[in-house]
Formats: sequence, C-alpha cells, structure tokens
Amino acid sequence: MTRTPFILRNRSVLPVLAVLTAFTIAVTLLSHAYGSGVIPTSMVKVLGKTLCLALAAVAMDLVWGYLGILSLGQMAFFAFGGYMIGQWLMYARTEDIVAASLAQNPIPPTPLELQQATANQIFGVVGSADLPTTWAFAHSLPLQLMLVVAAPGLLALVFGWLAFRSRVNGVYLSILTQAMTLALALWLFQNDSGFRGNNGLSGLQNLPGLEGVGQAKVSVWFLWASAAALGLCYVLAAWIVSGKFGSVIRAIRDDETRVRFLGYPVEGFKLLVFTLAAMITAIAGALYYPQAGIINPAELMPIASIYLAVWVAIGGRGRLYGAIIGAVVVSLLSSWFTGGRAPDIALPGYVIKWVDWWQVALGLSFVLVTLFAPKGIAGIFDLMPARKDKA
Amino acid sequence: MSALLEVSGVSVSFDGFRAINDLSFNIGECELRAVIGPNGAGKTTFMDIVTGKTRPDKGQVLWGETSKSLLKMTESQIARAGVGRKFQRPTVFEDQTVEDNLIMALKANRNPFAVLAWRPAPVTGARVTELAAEVGLSDHIHRQAGQLSHGQKQWLEIGMLLAQEPRLLLVDEPAAGMTLAERELTTALLVRLAQTRAVVVVEHDMDFVRRLNCKVTVLHQGSVLAEGSLDHVTRNPDVIEVYLGR
Repeated sequence: MTRTPFILRNRSVLPVLAVLTAFTIAVTLLSHAYGSGVIPTSMVKVLGKTLCLALAAVAMDLVWGYLGILSLGQMAFFAFGGYMIGQWLMYARTEDIVAASLAQNPIPPTPLELQQATANQIFGVVGSADLPTTWAFAHSLPLQLMLVVAAPGLLALVFGWLAFRSRVNGVYLSILTQAMTLALALWLFQNDSGFRGNNGLSGLQNLPGLEGVGQAKVSVWFLWASAAALGLCYVLAAWIVSGKFGSVIRAIRDDETRVRFLGYPVEGFKLLVFTLAAMITAIAGALYYPQAGIINPAELMPIASIYLAVWVAIGGRGRLYGAIIGAVVVSLLSSWFTGGRAPDIALPGYVIKWVDWWQVALGLSFVLVTLFAPKGIAGIFDLMPARKDKA
Repeated sequence: MSALLEVSGVSVSFDGFRAINDLSFNIGECELRAVIGPNGAGKTTFMDIVTGKTRPDKGQVLWGETSKSLLKMTESQIARAGVGRKFQRPTVFEDQTVEDNLIMALKANRNPFAVLAWRPAPVTGARVTELAAEVGLSDHIHRQAGQLSHGQKQWLEIGMLLAQEPRLLLVDEPAAGMTLAERELTTALLVRLAQTRAVVVVEHDMDFVRRLNCKVTVLHQGSVLAEGSLDHVTRNPDVIEVYLGR
C-alpha cells in the first residue's frame, strides 16, 4: 500500500505555511526595525500576539474539533506557560538591576546577598522577602524553558488521568476543566501563592541582557518566533490528525464506546492528545506574554478559555486552518471594536457604541454559526469546486 | 470440548431489578450458538458482562486456555484478548471512509504511541481489499461510511469484526433491518465464521435461528431456561410457556 507523504495528503499544510511566511516577511518589511516603518511597533506586537492566540486555537481544535473534548480550561495552560517564562524574565532582569545598584557598595555582594536582595525587590509588593520554592529555577533560562512545557504538561497529565479514568464526559468534563482554570486563578490571586498575587509578573517585554536592542527589534524577533512556533506546531498537529491516529481520535469523538470495543485504550489516546495540546498551548503562552509585557491571574479566568472555544467554533472546528482563521479574525476584530476606534452607529433615539455592543454581537454570531454554519468560516473552502472531491 | 468462555453463577441487578440471575453458560472453541429469549430476558446484559461494559455483582467469567478472569479487565483489554462484538444498531464511523474504518479495526498494536507511529505494511492494502470483497463492499472502499445503505453498514461492521480477528464473536440481532437475501448471506457468513472461531448470536427471529442450525440457549428472567437443539427447546413446555406461547 503506497501512501503519499502527509504534507501532500493534508492539503492545508503548504498553503498555511506559505501564507504564514508571506505574512511574516511582509510585516518585517513594514516594521520600524527592519523596513519602512508603516507598521508601528505596537501593531507588530499585536500581530505577534495574534499568532500565539492562533497557535492556542490550533491546540484547542486538536482537543475539541478532533478528540471531541470541549475543554474550557485551555487558557490555564497558556497562562501557565507565560508564568514559567515570566519567572526567568523577571528574576534575571531584577537581578541585573539589583547587582548594578549593589556594585556601588565598597564590598561586592555575595551570591546569597544578591539573591536575597532580588527576592526582596520582586516580592516586597506582596509583603515577603523570601524567594518561594516555586522560584527555585528562576535563575536559569534553560530550566525555565523546560518548565514551560513540562509543568503545564504535568498538570494536564494529572488532571486528564483523573478525569478520563473516571469516564467523565461531555458537559461534565467541560465544567471540570473550567473549574480547574478557575481554581488555579483563585489560587494565584493569593499573595502567598508564590506568584505575586494579583500583581502578577510584569516588565516581561524587557529581555535581560538585551536592554540596548530596543523594543522595535525585539517585537519583530518575537513575531518571527511566534510564526515559527505556529508553523512547526501546525505541521505537527496536521501529522497527528492525518494518519491512523487521527482516524482513531475522530472515532473517539464520534463513538467512544465503539472504539473501546475495537480494543483501543481510549483513555490513553485522550491523555496523549490532551497533554500534547496543553504543551503546545503553553508554548504559545510563553511567546505571548513577553509581547504583552504583563501577566496576572485574571488571564486564567474561565472567560478567556470560553473565548478560545468561540474563536475555534466561528473559524470552523475539526479543521486546523479553521482554528487559525477564527482566532485571527475574531481576536483582531475584537480588539478593533473594543479599542474605541470603530465608528458608532447612530440610530434614531439610540447610539450603538461598539465598545458595549461588540460582546453582544460576538455572542450572537457564535449562536448563529453554531446553528446555521457548523463548519464555521472555513466551511467556505468546501464551496470551492476544486476542494469538493476530498475533505 | 474445552471451554473458550466460561460464565458461572453470574448475577447482576440494576436498582433492585435482577437482570441476570445466577447465569451459567459455556462456549467451546469454534462453536456456533444462538441465544434466544423474550425482551428483558437479559440477552444484552449478558453481552455487556462478557465484553466488560457491565460489572456483575457476583459470579465468574473465565476466558481461554489459561482461564483468565475477564472481570478485572477493561473493555479494550477484553477486545484485545479476542472478544469481538457486533451491536444491534450498525455502528460504523460515518465521517470516515470504508477503508479508514477497516484499517482501524485491523489487528495491530493498539498502544497510542504505536498507533501514532503506524505505517501501512505491504500487506495492509491487500488485507483491506480482501475484507471489503468478503463483505461485498469492494466498490465502496473510498466512500464515506455514512453514505452507505443500512445493510451495507451492517456488512461494514461485520467486516470490521473480521479485521479484528476475534476468537469469540458476539452478534446482537444481525438480521434486524436486513432484506431476505441479505439474511441468507448473513446466515451463510456466520456459519462459515464459526468454522474458525466461536460465534454467539442473539436473535429474536426464529426462522433465522432455525437456519443457523446450531445449539440454542433460551434465556428467561436472567437465567438459562433450556439448552439444546432448536427442536429440543421448542418442545420444552417451560419454553413454550414463557416465549413461544405468547
């Protein structure tokens, strides 16, 4: 039995990579740092962050569109990844600043004094002067980078094992995932959680050791990194869903019991996809928050994960490029409409202010898409005759 | 004859209702057996117990030469041990092709990582073609399973069971919704399958059971009422009373 390589079998991979490459080159050439400067640095950051959200949406589509688990806690992994990279960014930069100020002392500080002064600087805001054990690796970039995937992956593994083993399914599983992210958020809000309570981590846009480079260049670097991560993870996700494995997880989505009677350990498949998706989401978060500059526990509130589900539904779940389309279109529209730049609509007797009404419009379009266009925006591609022969 | 499946003293109740009551039942290697009984006799619950879907309150279910207990195994482990189950309603994966459905069912390592690394072997294509031919779906290999007719879906499901290469096949009302011609083909197939493996058929339809021409077990209120040839059990006054007399 001969098979064409999956890149050719999965027709969306090459177009997505081409569009992504063209987009990245275009933004680079229009940026302040490397081109004409038509796109301001703040906009480069918005676009880079949007790529990260698209990556989170791709992972969401793996879990929801292909495996059939409507996880309403995906952004917990996103924020978790952000916190992990944020720890290093904040620690290393504070350490640099503290070291510079201590250098004026007649006696140079010992490593312990330096660490204590750094901890005092970071945790003074929550009334503590000690470095919590959760920051044990914060001094090391390689260790924190490892934690970006390992810690959220472990959380997903443990949570998934407990939930899937008990055969929690459907809406109950959705509620459970939502409870998970809410519980994490409430825990992080506490000052003694070790993550600076509701202050969160800040100053993340400044890369330690690269202060002289400037945000114009750094923003473009992060755009490149985000685009690379999206491209690589898209290829990985497309590979996962294209073969027999994809066949089995779609079968689990459609009739889990039947798959069990075929002899497949359903829980193992769910656990593998859920954990992998959590890791991908965490990578997206680790690239997002240095561009956002700040992370706090509000990012873990369930509403963020619900938005992610809405993007994937509107874009078209069950196909990976649909998730990207949904995340990009809806998140950019959202920031435009809620940013106060959208013109108000003056009706006789009432003025529709988009800042207030955008949420309503988004909610309504979610309902309409679910009812009348279950394939979402990506369903448009099915109407093209060339694509009709094979999905 | 050594027993392939040995069910002894099994009882299960749901909310006080005794669905299975001290049921004992043996199936030998390569045996064809029909299980009949009125509605609520416990036929489906019996299948649920053997396949691991329902845990009995007491009793034993032993499997194979080593008399391994199936009660401690999950559904998927039991399926991998060699118990295949055909549901009453055809359950195939409708948004996937006939080929995908068959490949999924083919006997192979079911571990998630092994499935991830799966590549079609040189024989895979030939095996799929052969299976599709056996169940009369040669011309439909690349069609979505959802586009098949009801009868074709039944056949695809049977093809998937064959692909699993089970040692024991549990078949729930195979004749339901089939035309007369399809029934005859199904009878022939089941009889042929029983030459190489054990087959248990749960059926309502007496004509169908008669055509199978095999040993019959009559279930009533969760236990075995009579066992023997169809003529033998139909002469049993108890059976006439509870089943045929109605």
